[in-house]
Amino acid sequence: MFGLDKKDKSLLAIVAILTLLAPFILNPFPTDSAMAQFNAGYPDLMQRFVIFGIFAVGFNILFGLTGYLSFGHAAFLGVGSYSAVWMFKLLSYNIIPAIILAVIIAGLFSLLIGFVSLRRSGIYFSILTLAFAQMSFALAYSVLSNPKFNLTNGETGLQVYNDDPQILQGANAPDLPHLFGLSMRSTYTMEIGPWAFDFNAGYYVCAVIMMVAFYLAIRIFRSPFGMMLRAVKSNQQRMNYTGLNTRPYTLAAFVISGMYAGLAGGLMAAMDPLAGAERMQWTASGEVVLMTILGGAGTLIGPVLGAGFIKYFENIFSKINDNVLHGWFAFLPDGLEDFVVTIIHPFVGKGWHLTLGLMFMMVVIFLPGGLVEGGQRLAAWVRGKRNKGKDKTTGKTEPAE
Amino acid sequence: MDAILLQILNGLDKGSAYALIALGLTLIFGTLGVVNFAHGALFMIGAFCAVTLQRVLNLSFETIDETQKDFLGNPLKVKTPYVEAWFGPEAGAWIIDWAVPLALVIAIPIMLLVGYVMERGLIKHFYKRPHADQILVTFGLAIVMQEIVKYFFGANPIQTPPPDALNGVANVGMLIGMDIVYPVWRIVYFCFATLIIGGIFAFLQFTTFGMVVRAGMADRETVGLLGINIDRRFTIMFGIAAAVAGLAGVMYGPINPPNYHMGMDFLVLSFVVVVVGGMGSLPGAVLAGFLLGILESFASTTWATTTIPGINQIIIYLVAIIVLLTRPRGLMGRKGVMEE
Repeated sequence: MFGLDKKDKSLLAIVAILTLLAPFILNPFPTDSAMAQFNAGYPDLMQRFVIFGIFAVGFNILFGLTGYLSFGHAAFLGVGSYSAVWMFKLLSYNIIPAIILAVIIAGLFSLLIGFVSLRRSGIYFSILTLAFAQMSFALAYSVLSNPKFNLTNGETGLQVYNDDPQILQGANAPDLPHLFGLSMRSTYTMEIGPWAFDFNAGYYVCAVIMMVAFYLAIRIFRSPFGMMLRAVKSNQQRMNYTGLNTRPYTLAAFVISGMYAGLAGGLMAAMDPLAGAERMQWTASGEVVLMTILGGAGTLIGPVLGAGFIKYFENIFSKINDNVLHGWFAFLPDGLEDFVVTIIHPFVGKGWHLTLGLMFMMVVIFLPGGLVEGGQRLAAWVRGKRNKGKDKTTGKTEPAE
Repeated sequence: MDAILLQILNGLDKGSAYALIALGLTLIFGTLGVVNFAHGALFMIGAFCAVTLQRVLNLSFETIDETQKDFLGNPLKVKTPYVEAWFGPEAGAWIIDWAVPLALVIAIPIMLLVGYVMERGLIKHFYKRPHADQILVTFGLAIVMQEIVKYFFGANPIQTPPPDALNGVANVGMLIGMDIVYPVWRIVYFCFATLIIGGIFAFLQFTTFGMVVRAGMADRETVGLLGINIDRRFTIMFGIAAAVAGLAGVMYGPINPPNYHMGMDFLVLSFVVVVVGGMGSLPGAVLAGFLLGILESFASTTWATTTIPGINQIIIYLVAIIVLLTRPRGLMGRKGVMEE
């Protein structure tokens, strides 16, 4: 089925199960328990998980396969968001045309930028994409928002107003992004005992799209085209000497990953019909780089894991404050408790970026393959132990998360 | 004519900052072949050296002055900074007033140390890894440095005023018979930058150490085979590059109040400057720094911004893209260096 081998099929199945059952998996704690703040199963965050998953999967097609490190992918995400909101403004709140336009415009935009940037490689490529991204940010933030020609609405961000044409908007269609009438915000809450699980329409739209995107990524990874990209990564010069022009391949990879970013941007706008320039800033590009590397560049599942990991910590880790910490370490003697809390305090709450930075550095230094490699090493280590006949293993082989 | 000169002056101070950071970046790239994304963070740490010194100097103790009453009739509490108590009121006030220039003295050893530790502790292990890894690890380091500074100093910009004597404006046009009024501190900054840049070039050109470093930049292996410990010298150069960035940051405080992410804002532009100047070319970095600074200030004039709105925001990137496409090695880059 789907033209995949057994291993990829099980990978796809795992991703499908994880995404479809996410409302259950991410809400393991009863709603009124003390641990409820670690529940990540609310629609807003779940949507972000899958949207950034798409973004990272797309980025990985470029970076993981060809080794070209782009620091400008957020620009495509932003362009996607802007085009989607324009579609809402001009046509209707139906998300299908918005997402299609977002992908197309982001694809064209990345074709333009890729055509120029890919003339260079290595550091120059990174810096060129960085320059382009900052330029797009400046364009969106100030240049294209003057009264004569207001494309982006500058600092306020592009949004839908009452006097917009919306020529296809039906009389009784919802006044929010919807899929043929199904509002993206509609949520069904299932309560089982003390647990509550949210099933959000927007999340499932994103999840289905992400599975399609993930499937396409698998196909690209396993195709001759993917092999060619890997060859470019391992030795571009040799490819050139064999008489092959690598530029079309890298450009195609760049455009594909740009379209993934545009898709993510379009979905972001579909969940919340607003587009701001800050999405295009180069630190936002840095974030997707973090996700991909943290999860494991060049692997299929890695970027998805990385995106989930970072978004989870961004939203959950940053909520831990001193009170929570005191609650955790209450069993320690008083002086020690305060001491431990003081030590941990800089790393949680507002300081979670510090943890992220440190973790990222550790990953780059010790685990160039990211979390996936970490999981594999752990698995190999456990297996090795078992083979030696030491019966101490407890089967902890899941990826380090 | 006045307006043109004013814009050139305006460009010079921003250009000085670009040139100093780009010079450090180029030194690191030219010697160690590493792209240092944490260089902006070093600039920021320099600026916060000044902030720290200013805070330390303002540490004070309270005494109760029985002769004066505050508006509630209680004895007035008077805060006296320790330095005023130690050195006498006048000298103490002078020291506090000159906190920013004095910070240069503490910034030099701090930045040399930071640079040394950074190179020995982290970057050393990345010479054999791909450029992408170097970019990533220094990017991570930049985030960590930023967050540490944010933890101690908060996220808001902190005012670091220049000394009173250098705060204000001067009519710099008098010498040439024109009327151009310009903030004194910016002129100081420009002179300072020129001094540092001149110092670095002189150091490389006229000392034995500098000669060895230049030889190492040209052919590291041969220099190493001659029995010279080139690694140690390159480490010191890394420290010097960090110090240059730090000093640029110290002096930039009065122009733009330091905040924890000021480095990132400068970093991107400094990369562009390095690329335009030519990767690995020191004069190129300086020249491009000043040129782009001046270009940016011309693009910020009302005439330019009304013709093309927002041109000042994108002009540098546009120039960089054009330069990279037409002359990939940059303005003064040597042929064959990083042209891939």
